[in-house]
Amino acid sequence: MSHLEDSILEQPGSSAAQELAAYGAVAEFDSPENLLEAIRSARERGYSRLDAFTPFPVHGIDEALGEKRSRLGWIVLIAGLAGAFAAFMLIWWTGAVDYPLVVAGKPLFAFEFSVPVIFELAVLFASFGAVIGMFLFNGLPRLYHPVFQHSRFERATDDRFLLAIEADSDCFDAGGAAEVLRALGGEHVEVIAE
Amino acid sequence: MSERNPCNPVSLPGDEFPEGASVLDATSRRTLLKLMGASLGLAGLTACSRPVENILPAAKGVEDQIPGNPLFYATAMSLGGVATGLLVEAHDGRPTKIEGNPDHPFSRGAASAFHQASVLGLYDPDRSREVMHEGQPSAWDEFAAFAKGHFSAMAAGERLRFLSQTVNSPSLEAVRAQALNRFPQAKWIEYEPISEDEALAGAELAFGRAVRPIYHFDKADAILSLDSDFLALDSQTVGYTKDFAARRRVASEKDTMNRLYIVESQFSVTGAMADHRLRMRSGDVPEFVADLARELGLLPAGLNVLNNDPRRRWLAALARDLKKNAGRSLVVAGPRQPAAVHAAAHWINQALGNAGKTVTYVETPRRPQIAALKELAAEMAAGRVETLVILGGNPAYDAPADLEFSRFVKKVAVTIHLGVERNETGVLAKWHLPEAHYLECWGDARALDGTASIQQPLIQPLYGGRTAVETLALISGHKDQRAYDIVRNCWLAQWPGAHGEKTWRKCLHDGVIPLTASPRVEAAPDAKRIAAALAARRTATGIEVNFYPSASTWDGRFANNGWLQEAPDPMTKLTWDNAALLSPATARQFGVANGEVISIAAGGREIEMPVWIQPGHADQSISLALGYGRTACGHVGHGAGHDTYALRTSAAPHVVAGASVTRTDRTYKLATTQEHHSMEGRPLVREASLDTYRKQPAFAHKPDEKTNLFQLFPRFSYDQGNQWGMAIDLNACIGCNACVLACQAENNIPIVGKEQVMRGREMHWIRLDRYYGGPEEDPRAVTQPVACQQCENAPCESVCPVAATNHSPEGLNDMAYNRCVGTRYCANNCPYKVRRFNFLDYHKDVQEVEKMAFNPDVTVRMRGVMEKCTYCVQRIQEKKIQAQAEGRRALRDGKILTACQQTCPADAIVFGNINDPQSRVTQLKKQNRDYTILTELNTRPRTSYLAKLRNPNPELA
Amino acid sequence: MADLAIAQELNPALVLGKPGYADVTRKVAGIVEGRMPRVWYIAIACTGTLTLALAAMLAYLVTTGIGVWGNNSPVGWAWDITNFVFWIGIGHAGTLISAILFLFRQRWRTSINRFAEAMTLFAVACAGIFPLFHTGRPWRAVYWLFPVPNPALHIWQNFRSPLIWDVFAVSTYATVSALFWYTGLVPDLATLRDRAKTRGRKIVLGLLSLGWRGSARHWRHYELAYLLLAGLSTPLVLSVHTIVSFDFAVSVIPGWHTTIFPPYFVAGAIFSGFAMVVTLMVIARQVFNLKQFVTMKHLENMNKVMLATGLIVGFAYATEFFIAWYSGNRYERFVFLNRAFGPYWWAYWTMVCCNVFIPQLFWLKRVRTSVPAMFVISILINVGMWFERFVIIVTSLSRDYLPSSWGYFRPTPVDMLTLAGSFGLFLTLFLLFVRFLPMISMTEVKGMIAADSAHSGDRP
Repeated sequence: MSHLEDSILEQPGSSAAQELAAYGAVAEFDSPENLLEAIRSARERGYSRLDAFTPFPVHGIDEALGEKRSRLGWIVLIAGLAGAFAAFMLIWWTGAVDYPLVVAGKPLFAFEFSVPVIFELAVLFASFGAVIGMFLFNGLPRLYHPVFQHSRFERATDDRFLLAIEADSDCFDAGGAAEVLRALGGEHVEVIAE
Repeated sequence: MSERNPCNPVSLPGDEFPEGASVLDATSRRTLLKLMGASLGLAGLTACSRPVENILPAAKGVEDQIPGNPLFYATAMSLGGVATGLLVEAHDGRPTKIEGNPDHPFSRGAASAFHQASVLGLYDPDRSREVMHEGQPSAWDEFAAFAKGHFSAMAAGERLRFLSQTVNSPSLEAVRAQALNRFPQAKWIEYEPISEDEALAGAELAFGRAVRPIYHFDKADAILSLDSDFLALDSQTVGYTKDFAARRRVASEKDTMNRLYIVESQFSVTGAMADHRLRMRSGDVPEFVADLARELGLLPAGLNVLNNDPRRRWLAALARDLKKNAGRSLVVAGPRQPAAVHAAAHWINQALGNAGKTVTYVETPRRPQIAALKELAAEMAAGRVETLVILGGNPAYDAPADLEFSRFVKKVAVTIHLGVERNETGVLAKWHLPEAHYLECWGDARALDGTASIQQPLIQPLYGGRTAVETLALISGHKDQRAYDIVRNCWLAQWPGAHGEKTWRKCLHDGVIPLTASPRVEAAPDAKRIAAALAARRTATGIEVNFYPSASTWDGRFANNGWLQEAPDPMTKLTWDNAALLSPATARQFGVANGEVISIAAGGREIEMPVWIQPGHADQSISLALGYGRTACGHVGHGAGHDTYALRTSAAPHVVAGASVTRTDRTYKLATTQEHHSMEGRPLVREASLDTYRKQPAFAHKPDEKTNLFQLFPRFSYDQGNQWGMAIDLNACIGCNACVLACQAENNIPIVGKEQVMRGREMHWIRLDRYYGGPEEDPRAVTQPVACQQCENAPCESVCPVAATNHSPEGLNDMAYNRCVGTRYCANNCPYKVRRFNFLDYHKDVQEVEKMAFNPDVTVRMRGVMEKCTYCVQRIQEKKIQAQAEGRRALRDGKILTACQQTCPADAIVFGNINDPQSRVTQLKKQNRDYTILTELNTRPRTSYLAKLRNPNPELA
Repeated sequence: MADLAIAQELNPALVLGKPGYADVTRKVAGIVEGRMPRVWYIAIACTGTLTLALAAMLAYLVTTGIGVWGNNSPVGWAWDITNFVFWIGIGHAGTLISAILFLFRQRWRTSINRFAEAMTLFAVACAGIFPLFHTGRPWRAVYWLFPVPNPALHIWQNFRSPLIWDVFAVSTYATVSALFWYTGLVPDLATLRDRAKTRGRKIVLGLLSLGWRGSARHWRHYELAYLLLAGLSTPLVLSVHTIVSFDFAVSVIPGWHTTIFPPYFVAGAIFSGFAMVVTLMVIARQVFNLKQFVTMKHLENMNKVMLATGLIVGFAYATEFFIAWYSGNRYERFVFLNRAFGPYWWAYWTMVCCNVFIPQLFWLKRVRTSVPAMFVISILINVGMWFERFVIIVTSLSRDYLPSSWGYFRPTPVDMLTLAGSFGLFLTLFLLFVRFLPMISMTEVKGMIAADSAHSGDRP
């Protein structure tokens, strides 16, 4: 029981001040199952903005959180096509336009001998698209995040599962959220400041 | 460099080319040009200069010289007392390239490997650079002073001896006459290890007088060579090859060819060309000749050693063929054969009516040399020689071992040695005098038939060397006479009146002096004497040892020439070494393999040599190349090979009988450029008999051979403008190394050294692939010159990651050296393996003076760069620019000659524009013998080959 | 559902002793946070020395020229390109395990993929050295590696050349493998960050983990990105050795000019790659006592892959001979007879023994599951695979079309030290990896444990 928690319980009046600057209420669960359980019921109670922090991707958590499928695929597709086009332009322009040379009686440009490089550059660009896109979607790199303040956050990358009811969800009030979390079996419930 | 060069005082120059050049060995071409400017500027100060010496370029007057444009001068180089007329290319006063002189009767535009390499000899940094007196540096003035005192004190000179190499210079003869006039008691001895002694003795025996046979191979239909390598080492000039090749070349199946029979012990270049080759010990040849004489009915058909011998049939067929071609046949005896064989050859030629047709005789001033040298050695031993003047040569190294020259020379009070290098003899001499290289001094020389040429200098003596005539004049006349005056006066004396000067200029220009050939003589051989001599011959049994000149070092004089050392022997493909050549059977008999060292003992002398098994060599016979194992020569030749003179005696200078061989447990590393000698049944060299050719003119092409193969991309069209191509007539190519050396000189190809050759990294752009066919004991040999084939669909180009090798619009496979990164992928993908990679910085040890030999028109490649034959693109460009300057667009066929083509004595290589239907190369490519190698790869090579033909005697076929 | 089924069937052998999530963290992170055993210091001392030898040899090469190697004419490529292909081949197992087995839901890859990916990167790094330095003037290779015009000539690259394809394939492969590897590392780095005691570690790991916090939203994009990377790496890894094989297949040299090369080379690459993984894994598992996570099941599966790819390679050898005979091409026939009975027969038969005969022992479960046996065999396989490349490259070049220019290649001491040095570099990088980074993906192992417990009721 952290004293932050106690303070919330003892002086509800002051909670408004907390709410303004709050990131949200965060609780710890000991297994993926309990976490999913908590998420579902929290959503039933109308909390729209939930987030979970887990040491590994928990199966079915997206459905529970009501997250849509990632659109990363499009980024990768576009990047890949760009790579292919860049390779084609490189080979065609250097070989057939800028400095045409007769080599082994072969044409200045031909699709046949361009395939390997076009393929490789397509894959290269696409891979960068996937990785960079993923980090951008995730707003990473971001070296600070409020949830790091949670006293037991280090367990979230080890063996515990944190659930956050974020301050910007409908009908959020720090005290209530904390209550709910505790009710759902969450331990170490803490309201974390922004 | 420069501190190693004692700049001898040279007076201010007044003539067209820089006298200053002699102090320039350490400096760059730029400086040389500066000096040239200066020298021209100072031209006025003739008061303090020697008389102006005009040399005349063959092509243009010097006033036309444009810096950067080469000039050609006619001169002559002598080898073994026989001169060959040459044209020398000079870049800004530096001779860089040797070509044959088209006007010279025994060159006709061709030059041999030795001629080609001689330009490197000029710039040899190990050449003798200063006068040495008892091992201490001295100067010409000091020697002059000494000579004045020493020789003027001398009365008739009964204790004075002169020893020179074979004299073939009219001016030297003249000065010699003066000298012997001054010292009536003195004697003059000529000696060279490779001499005509036996031939002279043979002539003496046959005709009772010294005459020299001149062969006319162009007139001969049937030729018998008796142990004579007349296409290569046994003729010191290229004229014979020209004539011979002319009779091998055929335009169509209707043409005829000559037929060559050869009887020899070692497998020679001539043997490889032969239509019928009978390998036998040199010692057996006299018997063979006797039998031939009997077969021809010259000798009573008495006892016949070949009576029940398989060779009997051979002999009979040969005899019939010679008879059939009476008047058009020719018998040639080799220099290693005894007098009797030469005499018999003369006799047979006479009997067959060849004399006067295929062979003529001229007077020769030559006299047997070994006998004279033996006499001299005896005198020296007896202490009867006080002063010995050695004008050139290296007797301490190459005199017959039994004369112990180097021992007795110490008994001579005053020995004076004039030499291009301070060799084994030079280090023993009291005085050593640096001799001028033939490219840096005036002189004159007689060709095989006596035709004289003026020897023009291309550059001032680099190290202040002087010629034999100058030295001799200094000795006998005590006056410092210039070779120019001596030579010029000598000739002007013969052209009295106003025309003298004009004639002189013309002779300089042409490189030949008309009407100087020795008079022909009609001589009848004395049958009785010859028969007696033949009867007197007894075949010796046991192992015999033959000595033959090296294709690289000749008699040892070229030992320090890296180009020649690295040029693979035409038959063995050995570089940097000589070896004891054995037949496979004899090798088995001794239980030795390649590289194993054997000790050869004969006449109480013994040498150790590594073995090299030579297929087709006569059994029971060992061939040793002379000219290796030099002890006092430059850094290049030092320790290359083994000295075989140690086994050579005045009694048996050519063939030693009754030798014994013992194995040692040592082995010796030999460097060869070709490790595999069979064609593995691949159609690389395509060969047929003249008969087969007549029956099926298209034999060179397999019936299923497709020339227009399918290819993925449309074929690139090369039908516009000049399209360069080459045709090589394998029927004419004799496999001498002339093209290899010419290419090396033209294209600044580096010398890599023995160790690198053993690693397979030789750099020659053109190589001579020599294959054996038939039984190992007695194979046929064929040679195929292979350089870049300039493929239109070049496999090397498509794999180069940086496009450093690509195609020019004229169909050349170009290399951009400064683009090459050195992946070696192109070389891997070249099916002809003609690309050469600079694995190391092969120019690292090139000294400044050697750089003067570089062709300024060709890039010197750094390490890590790939290089290969360019069809002499620099020559193509030069002629194209010329043509444009002269306002012509079209290039006349034959204007552009590649270096290999220009020097080829057999005219086997033809280069030109294949888009021009009239060009010679197009004509040749139209021939039905024309084929390309590895056609099935669709590389579409621009170089094609004309299939080889042999003309065997139907009786023996 | 399918993956669950597989999970059930494989599960018992994939993780032993039902560890909890924390046990995984403690075990794996513990290796990185704790002290290295003494053997590690001894090992890195040796490999470090070898690495220095490599540096010295390369310096000597660059200052003197390719001549310090045994390469000659006709054998323009010898140990240099042999080593290149060898290392590239090794570098295939990593991506294969991470990507292809991932797509095939082969969950046994989980505890070995990190290890294998690291090995891939280090192998590719070693491979890269050889094409770069085999020119003797690496500073010039810049014109070749990148499309920059030569200052003197402004010539561009020749995209018809397989070497250019190589440059793009290998550099792409190296980059993508690195991305793949790093992406997989980020969550584990976050774990290490949160366990870090010292400020220094906190900062470094904080930066490396990019502030990863395991948010559900992160995982959503992360899993898709990982899947896409796997999807991209799969054709990539197949293309790389295909293109490397083009270096030979596209040429005109008999013995090189063969359409069979792409599949044959890829199979060979997987073969040697798995062999190298086993060799190293067997040691690591012993030294760091990872038997709990790298179980016999993993090793046995890898041995099965080796057996399969070994058979493919053997089949390729046989096919080459058949085609050589069937084509009726005299040069083709000669080359293969020459391989088996020519001057390099010893190399050929070493190759056949190590790659075809010896791996057949893996048919026996006893051998397949014996650690010492698989250790020895996996090493022999890599010896054989090195010789395979040597045989293909050197024997073909040493005797091609014109018998006059046939030659024999002899390596120099510099050749040998360079090869040894490349092993030094490879192992050094590896030792540093096990010292500083989690060699098993904690995230994935935890994920697997979770999935298993999900349907086997009991909680970890």
